[in-house]
Formats: sequence, structure tokens, C-alpha cells
Amino acid sequence: MSVATITVPTVTHTPGQSQDLVEKISVRDLNFFYGDHRALKNISVSLYQGKVTAFIGPSGCGKSTLLRILNRMYDLYPNQRATGQVRLDNDDILSPSQDLNLLRAKVGMVFQKPTPFPMTIFENIAFGIRLYERLSKAELEDRVKHALERAALWEEVKDKLGANGLSLSGGQQQRLCIARTVAVRPEVILFDEPCSALDPISTAKIEELIDELKDDYTIAIVTHNMQQAARVSDFTAFMYLGDLVEFGETTRIFTTPNDRRTQDYITGRFG
Amino acid sequence: MDSSLTSLYAKRRRRNMFTMALAYGATGFGLTWLVIILAVLLWEGFSGLSLSVFTEMTPPPGSAGGLLNPIVGSLVMTVIAVLIGTPLGMLAGTYMAEYGRYDKLTTVVRFINDILLSAPSIVVGLFIYEVMVAQMGHFSGWAGAVSLAVIVVPVVVRTTEDMLTLVPDTLREAAASIGLPRSLMIQKVAYRAARAGLVTGVLLAVARISGETAPLLFTALNNQFWSTNLNAPVASLPVVIFQFALSPYQDWQKLAWTGALIITMAVLALSIIARILAAQRKSS
Repeated sequence: MSVATITVPTVTHTPGQSQDLVEKISVRDLNFFYGDHRALKNISVSLYQGKVTAFIGPSGCGKSTLLRILNRMYDLYPNQRATGQVRLDNDDILSPSQDLNLLRAKVGMVFQKPTPFPMTIFENIAFGIRLYERLSKAELEDRVKHALERAALWEEVKDKLGANGLSLSGGQQQRLCIARTVAVRPEVILFDEPCSALDPISTAKIEELIDELKDDYTIAIVTHNMQQAARVSDFTAFMYLGDLVEFGETTRIFTTPNDRRTQDYITGRFG
Repeated sequence: MDSSLTSLYAKRRRRNMFTMALAYGATGFGLTWLVIILAVLLWEGFSGLSLSVFTEMTPPPGSAGGLLNPIVGSLVMTVIAVLIGTPLGMLAGTYMAEYGRYDKLTTVVRFINDILLSAPSIVVGLFIYEVMVAQMGHFSGWAGAVSLAVIVVPVVVRTTEDMLTLVPDTLREAAASIGLPRSLMIQKVAYRAARAGLVTGVLLAVARISGETAPLLFTALNNQFWSTNLNAPVASLPVVIFQFALSPYQDWQKLAWTGALIITMAVLALSIIARILAAQRKSS
């Protein structure tokens, strides 16, 4: 492997846009192992406050793995470990003393397949709120409504909040999951291929939603769909075989990539 | 089509028909016996079925009576066995599927549980005889209930583990992703997703123990009279059937048939409920 591929990629800003970027999550020299297999190699990348960062790359490049480190989801499974430094503001995410439940309340996640809980639509949302807050019935109903509105689902479900979450369509289920995540009031939301199981109309709705959510949240999205990355993200990271090949503003990555592999991938020559 | 191809196809068709015939034959053979058993049971048992079966005690030979005391005895011991066995089995199964899924201990427990699952029930009866009956100095309803509980535990452990394993990991991750501690995830999400399967497991365990005779022979023994004292011998349907069916008295044999019919119908009803619940799980 050439030395060039493991140097820290730097963000090249277009003039006038770089002034008020606040680093929400910083990843430095991150390595990740599934048993003996090294799935991530010296990754350094930043998620900026109020921005959408897209992770693209062919299957198996490690983009989902990287996302699942940011909320320590990998901790659910044995023989997986991360080394390096990952910080949320000034909090060391990888620290063994990190409270995982609090971390995950701050760093929410939306998955590839919609995963509503086997309970009513209302309970799906209220459940997470009740974990951390003691609210009156009216306040709780207000919060549930607000979360469903944020997820652009309120109008479709307001008359059937008592119906099972599983009775909704795939696209609605995914928005329910987004509402569930938003309801806990996280600071960061991770989207792991949120549209790959959805039809184009649902996909468009979710993309719109991501665009609205970024005013209040820091967002990371893993996607196989390069058009989607170009549409929704402010920054893009291209990963390949466990390396972070290139990271920068989306417009630049998609117009004048520095690395040959990035160019090949976004022009569809491989992947 | 090429002639060699057609002959190959014809040969495959013949082989298919032959195998199908064997499959249907085997199914028919099995079903025939089941139908004969059920038919005889219905024929013999139904004629003895009357209200007095459910309201009168087991009679001495030559006089009229019913099966009230063994029916109640069976019910009481079954309920206690389930109350003891279900929490134990559920907790163990939950450990295996959730907390210790990747632990060596789970493999060991699963192996032992499988042995227990297929252990002859007479061994369980002898074991409880040694542990409880011999120590207490007399047969008792408690000993009977505990021996049935020992049979319930491995069934519930197995179904609990299996049903929880069927809950997709994505649901666990989703629960974790909103900061849900594992204990709450299990109670509120995993149990709920697997609810129908878990209930089915308990019902199957009940079906399994309701016909067990051997463990009760060594523990609860039998009681000719009405008794709800669990510190004394208690009558149960399987043991009464065993005793009455082997007796030379015709009215006792008749009652044995009726008892067998009652057990069969109860187990059938439980199985149907279990199936309905399982179907609901699939459709939801």
C-alpha cells in the first residue's frame, strides 16, 4: 500500500464557505477489527455540526462499519474492537467507561430495513421519550406529535396512532423510525442506507426530510446511491477496502476528485 | 426435443411418481393408525362420558362414580408445575438467547438441556422419589408437581431460546440505538416480538406433561378419595387410567377410556390454541 493512501485527507474548502464549521464528531487514526480481520485502516474524518456527511464506496469498503462505531453499535457483538480516537464534542466515544445508553441517546441511528417495535405507532415514539424524561400525558402526546411532524408522517397516521407500527407501508415505517430517533432528541443522527429498501417516492420523502433535519442535527449517511449522496450531503467521504480515500465538500468530490479511484467510482467505472 | 432428452425426462417423471407414491403411502400409513386410535378412543370413551364423570369421586369396583378427584389433581399439579417450570425455563432461555448468546456456557447448557429434554420421564420420577418422597417419608402432590416441573423446564428453555433467536438482530440494534438498556430491550421489545412463540412453548409443555404417568407413579402416587392436601398422595388422570385400565373390573375400564378421552381432548385443544397463536405470530 502506498504511503499516500494512509495520510490524513484534508478538507479543501471553497473560499467563503469554511468560516463557521464546527467539528461535532472527530475521528482520528481509527482502526477496526472483526476478529483478526482489519476492516478499517487509519481512518480520520470529521462530521461537522449541522451538516450532512455522506459515506460512499463499494460494498465491503467499511462505510457501515465506520457508522456503527460512532454509536458503539458494534459493542453488541463479540470479537469486534476499535482502536484510535473518536470524539463527540470532547467526549471520548471509544472509552471503556463510556455509558453506551447515554451515548446512543445522543447519537441516534436509522437502519437499512425499517425496524418498528412490535407496538402501536404512538408507543413506538413514546417509548424512547419515556426512557429519559418524565412527562405528563399532554406533554408526551405533544412530543409524539412533534416527532411525527418532523418525520413528515403526522398527517398520514394522526387518526390511527393506536394501530400497530408494523401495519404501515415500508416508507411509512422508515419515517416512523426516523420519528422515533428524533423523539429522543439526539445531537447526531446516523443513517445506514435508509432508502435502499424503499421505492423512489418514499426515497424522495426521506431525502427531503434529511435536508430539513440538518438544521438541528449533525447527520451522517451511508449510501450506495451516488446521486443520493450528491443530492443530500454537504460533505462526502469515499471509502475503498477499509481506507478513506478522499474526504471533502460534496460539490468538489463529485466535480474534481483528487484521487483516481474516487473518479473511477463516481463515474461508475467500478463498484 | 431430442429423443435422449425426452427419455431422460420420462425417466425422471417415473422416478418422481414412484417417490411421490412412497411419500403418500407413508403419510397414509401413519394417519391410518392415528385415525384408528382416535376412533377407538372416541367410541369407548364417549359412551362413558356423563356429568357424573366430572362431579363424582373414583368409585370402588362395582359401584358408580366419576373422575373428579383425578381431574382436579391433574389440574392442580399441572398448574403448579407450570408455575415452577415456566419462570425457570424462561430465565434460562433468555440468558442463552440474549446475554450469553456467544458464551461457552450457553453451549454447555444447551447440550445438557437437550439431554434433559429427551430423558425418559420415569428417570425424572425416580429422581424426585429419591430427592423428595424418600426424604419426606411419604408420597405427595408437591413431589408430583415438582417432577412435572422438571419436565416443563427443558421444553420452555428450548422454545424460549429458539423464539428469542428468531427475533431479528436489527430489532435489537434499533432498540439499542435509542439508548434502551438491554434488560428493557428484552422485556419490552424481544419478549413482545416473540410473545406468541413463548406462549406456544408453555402450552406445548402443558400438553407434554398432561399425559405423563411414570413420574407421578413414583411421586404423587394416587388417591381414591377427594383430597386437596398436596402433602398427601394426590390422584391424577394418567395414574388413574393406568390403574383402572389394568384392573379386571369393567366399570373401571370404562372410566379409564373416558379419562383417556378427556386428556386427549384437552391436549388437542391446547395444540389448536398453540397453532392459532403461532399463526398470529406469522401474520403480525
